[in-house]
Amino acid sequence: MKFAVITFPGSNCDQDCYHVAQEVLGQPTDMLWHKDAQDLSEYDCVILPGGFSYGDYLRTGAIARFSPIMNSVIDFAKNGGLVIGICNGFQILLEAGLLPGAMKINDNLKFVCKYVNLEVVNAETPFTNQCNKGEILQVPVAHGEGNYHIDEDGLEDLIANDQIVVRYEDEAENPNGSVMNIAGICNKEKNVFGLMPHPERCSESILGNGTEDGYKIFASILEYVTKGSEQCG
Amino acid sequence: MNWKVEIKTMLKKSILDPQGQAVESGLDALGYKNVSDVNVGKHMELVVEDVESKAEVESQIEEMCERLLANPVIEDYTFQVEEMEG
Repeated sequence: MKFAVITFPGSNCDQDCYHVAQEVLGQPTDMLWHKDAQDLSEYDCVILPGGFSYGDYLRTGAIARFSPIMNSVIDFAKNGGLVIGICNGFQILLEAGLLPGAMKINDNLKFVCKYVNLEVVNAETPFTNQCNKGEILQVPVAHGEGNYHIDEDGLEDLIANDQIVVRYEDEAENPNGSVMNIAGICNKEKNVFGLMPHPERCSESILGNGTEDGYKIFASILEYVTKGSEQCG
Repeated sequence: MNWKVEIKTMLKKSILDPQGQAVESGLDALGYKNVSDVNVGKHMELVVEDVESKAEVESQIEEMCERLLANPVIEDYTFQVEEMEG
């Protein structure tokens, strides 16, 4: 399978994502510059990485959302292509309207950088099929605006359609005050996934951080693309 | 004609504002015990050039707020348009 990682001005997790996709997962991966609008149909999965695109000016992700390549990403997603947005990438997906809801500043007003326990709520998505429902993953977060908000009707929709993919294990693990401890959601069609935690930062044992749980997210994508949607999610 | 525009965005009333709460507790710590309902928003100023009617400017600003300057999911916006002299 083939990955694309998009670099915006201010992205700082793009090389990590590239490394995990290309070297750890062993799949051909291209780095694409945000100004290069192009047909993405040769790719199986597009990664919007973490960072501080455009310095988080105005609102996180608000300006990156209008980068030329985002029209290509929206077309790609509408055609069923897999899109994963990590941290700032999640914020960009929200601003682009590819996922519902919005981000607020963390309720404790702090930038939180630590490992959290994540519960897999839906293990039947292209991004979590290598996990078990209810499994706890240890994955680091690093953000100041991850306080996910959605109105009540929207929340009911998320629940009814199994769109809550991962959440912080409990209130104590929730680093930002997000509604229902939500850490990551997908769209109704399940091909667009955004999450605040950074699976690319814990995908190999050589880092010595005691967890490789993030690898399961990337392995799920590979499984879905190579085995097809019928077997997994 | 050129127009001076001031735009204000605020979190919707129904949404808890963590910044407002922190500012409120700061004011409380300074001894201002009679302060409540603190909300923090953004103020933007800009100039729109070469548009003849105020209504046209207003509809452009409205569109700009909906598309970029505010996030309608969590924010309300208001704006004022004034004709510039000279």
